[in-house]
This record gives sequence, structure tokens and C-alpha cells, in this order.
Amino acid sequence: MSNGGKFTLFSRLLHWTMAAMIITMLFIGVAMVGSLSDYHRLVSIHRPLGIAILILVIVRYINRRVNPPPPFPASMSSAERSVAKISEMTMYAMMFALPLIGWGMLSAARYPIVLYGPLHLPPILPHSTTLYVILRKLHTIVAYLFFFTFIAHFSAMLFHTLIMRDHILDRMALWKVRRV
Amino acid sequence: MLARLALIGVIVGAVVVAFAYTGGWFSPHRLTPARFVDTFEAVNGLHPGFRRNHAKGVCVTGYFASNGNAVRLSKAVVFKPGRVPVIGRFALAGGQPYVPDLAAIVRSMALVFVLPDGEEWRTGMNNIPIFVVGTPKAFRDQLVAFQAVPATGKPDPARVHAFFARNPESARAIHTVLSRTLPAGFADSTYNSLDAFRFIDAAGNSVAVRWSMVPAHPGEASAPEAPQQDKNYLFDALISRVHQASQQPLQWHLIITIAHPGDPTDDATIAWPENREQVDAGTLTIDHIESEETGACRDINYDPLVLPAGIAASDDPLLSARSAAYSQSFTRRVGEAKEPSAVTPAEVRE
Repeated sequence: MSNGGKFTLFSRLLHWTMAAMIITMLFIGVAMVGSLSDYHRLVSIHRPLGIAILILVIVRYINRRVNPPPPFPASMSSAERSVAKISEMTMYAMMFALPLIGWGMLSAARYPIVLYGPLHLPPILPHSTTLYVILRKLHTIVAYLFFFTFIAHFSAMLFHTLIMRDHILDRMALWKVRRV
Repeated sequence: MLARLALIGVIVGAVVVAFAYTGGWFSPHRLTPARFVDTFEAVNGLHPGFRRNHAKGVCVTGYFASNGNAVRLSKAVVFKPGRVPVIGRFALAGGQPYVPDLAAIVRSMALVFVLPDGEEWRTGMNNIPIFVVGTPKAFRDQLVAFQAVPATGKPDPARVHAFFARNPESARAIHTVLSRTLPAGFADSTYNSLDAFRFIDAAGNSVAVRWSMVPAHPGEASAPEAPQQDKNYLFDALISRVHQASQQPLQWHLIITIAHPGDPTDDATIAWPENREQVDAGTLTIDHIESEETGACRDINYDPLVLPAGIAASDDPLLSARSAAYSQSFTRRVGEAKEPSAVTPAEVRE
């Protein structure tokens, strides 16, 4: 798909919007479990923001099938391309899994799943405290995995941009770039 | 090139450090929900499978018949005239699941109102007029200060004195609580929300409230002062009372007390003046009792911030702390092997 080597505008908007939402969620998550006074306020944001990410990742996945990404820079080796593809798949998997695990764990514990005011979600799992305990733990583990994958992704982007200078950021940038 | 690598290190490092700071890794003394619950376990011992506070309890069910009087205060569906099922738990405060019943121990009533639209209202109330601490930190400090010293079996007077010096509002509150008359049993007790909440009406106006469950048919007897032979005498009296419900229903009135603007909502140790308007919102009937071992209440977390639209938290700092701490306790206990309850199924059947 010829777009000056860039992702489509829609893809780029999804990427940056979701990046902001996900980083916010990771920080909110780690803050809320460590706070007595801010817990309620943060959890009340955490739930609807998580579901918003779930909705957007479905849209994003469909978009990705319809609009495949632009080619990698010629300078990227096949090993680097494999790493990039695996980390992309991992992040998609976690973007789907984390909110579903959150929804699932609340379902298994039979907490009402309140999004805002009277707006709430139905349970998606049977009532099981065993399932709740497993999913509660999994939610934490996958969240930390996501943070470290994000750090790797962010570091790789900085490395490509500042050291390799291959303009890989241009593919995703919202600003105009000169065609090379 | 080295400078640019260093720059990458600094940028990425800053993000990691910010994350670690937010998560509390640089603050080993921050009072987190985990450390708060750890304090209960340190003071009371670890009793796997049991709640870390209000550990000894029994399950009940019944229904709430709303009379519609509170509709003008709150748009919550629970206040529309009609009936909703209730799943409750009576308990003794403290982290000892096998503590012998004693009149002086604070009694609690926890309820979940199961609302027709899938919402729930969960509440935990105590039979004291005000709470003895106003902040989570004071709660933790009080637990530690009043911990029994092994040598004497009593709290260390120096630690208690130091706690009261730092928390004079607690000294006052504990004095008030200790001077209360002790009703004979669970069935005769009034249970209070202690924390303030906000009721929001259909137009979006909000008002600060506290609520109480006031017994409809309190008995005349007052509580025996001395420890009784039967270690479960309070629970046994409640069991008998529920089994006699066909002769006299076991009921409470839900009384909503409305604050005046300026009444403090952020301090559970301060009572509101007695002349505040009260609204009787309906009648709670408890008609079934069951051991925790088989009852639904054991695996319910009575988080006071599980609320329907129309009821919201106030700025009382204890509310968010309760929600966070209960979540910790719940996650720990439901993953642990279960031990028999003090009030067994056999005891409830008698």
C-alpha cells in the first residue's frame, strides 16, 4: 500500500491514542494497588478505560487486516524483522488479553462490573473464586509483561531513530515528512 | 554515538524510574493496602481462609421492602417502592475467627442488596455510634498500639498513651464508644454506616447522608457483662431468633440521616447533631440463617463502594481505604484452604 511508506492516518491515530491510553492504564494500575486513598478514584477510571482499549483493539485488528503495515526499512535484517513481528503480535495479544482477564476476574468473583453510573457489563465467566484467584494473579503478570514489552518497543524505536538513523519513526509519525 | 546511547538510557531509565516510583518501590514505608492487611495478620495471627477483620460470622438472607420515602433523596433503584433480596452476614469485629462471644466486642451487619437491573448495593455497618479512628493511618496505628503484649495479655500502656497523644480524636471517640449501652444480642442492635455517603437525586442534586439499621422489635434485656459458658451465645441467640421469625419477624428499619451543609463528612469519629432530619426508607427482614461454611456470604466481599447509581462515596478517607483493604483480604482468603467456621452448619440447624 503506497502511502509514502507510512501507515494510514487511521492506523497512526489508533497507535498514538492507544499508546497514551495503555501507558496511562499501566501507571494507574500500579498506582491503585499501592494506594489506600486513591484506590477508588483510580479503579473507577481503570475499568472503563480498559474496556475502551478492548473496543479499540478490535477496531485496530480489523484495520490491520484491511490496511497491512508499510514495508520495513531496507536496512532491517530478517532477524530484526522477526523480532519486530513477534513483539507486535505479543502486544496485540496483550491488548486483547488484559481487559478480558480483568472483565473475567470480576465476573468470576461476581463483582458488579460498573463502567459509569448505571452502565455495567454482564459476567463472562461462571462464579468461581478459584478462577478469580488465578485471573487476578494473571492480570498482574500480563500487565508487567506489557510494561516491559512497551519498554523494549520504546527503546528499539529510540535506537532506530537516534543511532541507526533509519527514519523508521516516519512510518508512524503524525507529522509531515520529506520523501527520501 | 556514545552520547546518543547514553541519552537513550536516560530517557528509558526515566520512564522505568517513574513507573517504579508510582508503584511504591522507592517508598518502603508507604501505607499500602497490602501492608495495611499485613498489620491485621501480624496483630491477629494468620487464619487462612478467614476475613482479616470481622472474622467470626454467620450468613443470613432476607429482603428489603422499600417504602419509597427516600426516592426524593436518591435515584437509586433500591429506594423505589418494592422488594429486593438481601444476602447478609452478622459478625464480630476483630481478626479472630474463634473468639468467644462477648457483649463488648463490636458487632457488624453486612448486606448486599441485589437490585433488579444487575446493580448491587453493598454495605458494612457496626453497632457503635461513631468510629474510633478517622484515617487509615490512625486505624493501623491503633491496631499496633492496642496489640496485647505476650507477657501481660494486655496492651502496653505506654504505647496506648502515645497513640492517644497523637490521635486525641480517637481518645474522645473510644470514650464515647465504651460508654454505650450494650443491647442483648445481634437482633437488638442498631448498625450504623459510620462513614458518610452521598445520595444523588434524579435531578443530580447531592446530599450527604449516613444510614442505620434500627431494630423494629428490640428486646428488653441488656447484655450479660461476664463471659458466658457458651462461646457462641450471641450467635446462638441470633439463630434462635431467626428460627422464631414466624412468630415475630426479625426486622430493622433503614433510617437515613441527612447532614446539614457544613456537617463533616470526612471524619467518622464526629457524630452529627441529633436534630438532623431522618427518613425511614423501608424495612429489612431477615428470615433465613446459615453457616458461613455453606452460605453465600462467605465468598462475598462487602466492599462499601460497590454502589448503585444514586449512591456515591463521600470524601471520608476511610471509604477508599476500606475498598482497597477488603479487596486485599478477599483475594488472599479465597485462595486459601477453608477451615470450619466457629458457627457450624450443625449449630445453625439446632
